[in-house]
Amino acid sequence: MKISSRKLDKATILDVSGNIDMSNSPEVRKALLHEIREKGVTRVVLNLTGVAYIDSSGVASLVEGLKASRESGLRFVLFGLNDSPREVLKISRLLKLFEVYDDETQAMAS
Amino acid sequence: MTPVAAKQLRGMKKSPKIARAFLLKLELRSHPTLLCVIRGALEPLMDMLGFSAEHTRAIIRAVDEAVANIMRHSYHGRLDQPIEVYCNRLQRSTNGEAEQGVEILLFDCGAAVDTTKIPARSLDEIRPGGLGLHIIRGSMDTVQYKRAGRLNRLRLVKYAHPSKGGCGSSEENPS
Repeated sequence: MKISSRKLDKATILDVSGNIDMSNSPEVRKALLHEIREKGVTRVVLNLTGVAYIDSSGVASLVEGLKASRESGLRFVLFGLNDSPREVLKISRLLKLFEVYDDETQAMAS
Repeated sequence: MTPVAAKQLRGMKKSPKIARAFLLKLELRSHPTLLCVIRGALEPLMDMLGFSAEHTRAIIRAVDEAVANIMRHSYHGRLDQPIEVYCNRLQRSTNGEAEQGVEILLFDCGAAVDTTKIPARSLDEIRPGGLGLHIIRGSMDTVQYKRAGRLNRLRLVKYAHPSKGGCGSSEENPS
């Protein structure tokens, strides 16, 4: 799994590729919380286009990111969900909790 | 792998209940980096059995979560403990129609932890953690735990109308 970040105006976009499971979800959590706590950022956008699989520990990292973003008063947005990540969020009844968009343009325009 | 774990694993292999021929058998250590290996092995097998892409994803999700639960709760994060995964084809008749399925058995030698009873959080709560069991139950038709001697056995079953022929359907339900 790889994570990289880029800045666009006051937003940070985290590009994740590979699968997120118990072996690497702490890295996702750490990267997310780091960006959310960065000063001056108003929106953290998670690009999951390159992620084919997320397990419950990965979902837990996303939930932590969501909670931290609410506490920090910024927006946490997901885009590019493939079938499996979308299904696991749906089973967990968390899909409606997140702001989810199809692509980066929509995620940034929202 | 420790000598104790190796001895337990040999005991698992001799278990008469798992001695029958299975389509796939995987032996692995309890290291999280091996989860991707299980997922990678199951995908072509489920495809071969004729499961749809959606059902294949559900089965992979359930097995992945179940093995992660073994690593986390049964072995308490120890990385070198034995886990065995067996997959077999099932068939049942529903309203006169043959329905294909898969049975997946997971064995470990850890503490007696009924992973089907690990406290799962309410889905109405918004907090991380406690989702694994929801995901397993939501993905499979049957989830059964059994303590057999010094082994934990988790049985997962999923039936589906196959989207294609698979690799034959002559087997009887072995359960």
